[in-house]
Amino acid sequence: VSSDDDAGVGGAASPGRPVPTGFLAGCRDGAPLALVAAVVGTTFGIVATAAGMPVAAALLLSVLVYSAAVQFSVVAVLVAGGGLGAAVVATALVTARMLPMGLALGPSLHGGRLRRAVEGQALIDPAWVMAARPGGRFDREYLFGNAAVQWVGWVSGSVAGLAGLHVDVRALGLDALFPAFFLTLVCGEAPDRLRLAVGLGAAATALLLVPVAPVGVPVLAGGLVALVGLRAPGRPA
Amino acid sequence: VSTAWAVVLACSAVVLASRALGPVLSGTADLPETAARVVALLAPALLAGLLATSVFTADGHVTAGAPAAGLAVAALLVWRRAPLLVVVASAALVTALLRQAGLS
Repeated sequence: VSSDDDAGVGGAASPGRPVPTGFLAGCRDGAPLALVAAVVGTTFGIVATAAGMPVAAALLLSVLVYSAAVQFSVVAVLVAGGGLGAAVVATALVTARMLPMGLALGPSLHGGRLRRAVEGQALIDPAWVMAARPGGRFDREYLFGNAAVQWVGWVSGSVAGLAGLHVDVRALGLDALFPAFFLTLVCGEAPDRLRLAVGLGAAATALLLVPVAPVGVPVLAGGLVALVGLRAPGRPA
Repeated sequence: VSTAWAVVLACSAVVLASRALGPVLSGTADLPETAARVVALLAPALLAGLLATSVFTADGHVTAGAPAAGLAVAALLVWRRAPLLVVVASAALVTALLRQAGLS
């Protein structure tokens, strides 16, 4: 057992504190994110309405997809007059990182293939990060609780935005909410030099690719930096 | 309108499939130790990438505007171990004030 296992990958717990477990702990830790999701979801509702998207279609998207990155890129494609092919390609690129994330999550889920496919729908970035536990495992119920409250916040916000609630996101600086939250996760996530270096390397890789690669690819390419884990056996955390 | 519906249905299917594929392919066996190490590093790598691209890009260009300053304040507060809601609210407030002052 490497000392990496002791450090864990969960961002929710500080060193020395017990790791939160179970559905309710997931809900509790996801609550601040649900508020942020509600605000951003409201923005999506506003933008979708402005783009002339049918209300029912926009709502279905929020209910099934609940991904800000995907939904804003879909609206952007529609506004730009892009067709079905462009929207599907953009979506596939943005969601490509869910494959490695899902492969990692899979062994912690229950049941046969169909059930695992359904349980995998709880895969969203912050919930996946916070549900990660030492040794590459994930707290399944914690993930469900965490994703569920964010889903409620996201869908509620979308409904409010589609119903005409107006929030000037830029003027209120609300677009800084998610990055600030991610920062708290990264710092919970990067307590040692190796993780800090991987984070910085991934950020630099992503930014280098931004001017030349389509949306989604830079983040995915940054994720490849994690492969340094292949050649750091038993390295102290 | 029909284009919008076609796009919504197709993109929803892509996302549902993307979330399902990993767990369906992975099987139930625990990850080997090497893979577990990569997974442990995948989280900070993906988060840092998401963070950087959401703050430092606009319309496909790398840039640093008001949200970057908000993030800097957030970083300071995280370092000082401020509560989560204080961190995110401060980031929004700083970003809003700088936009008020004319920064983008």
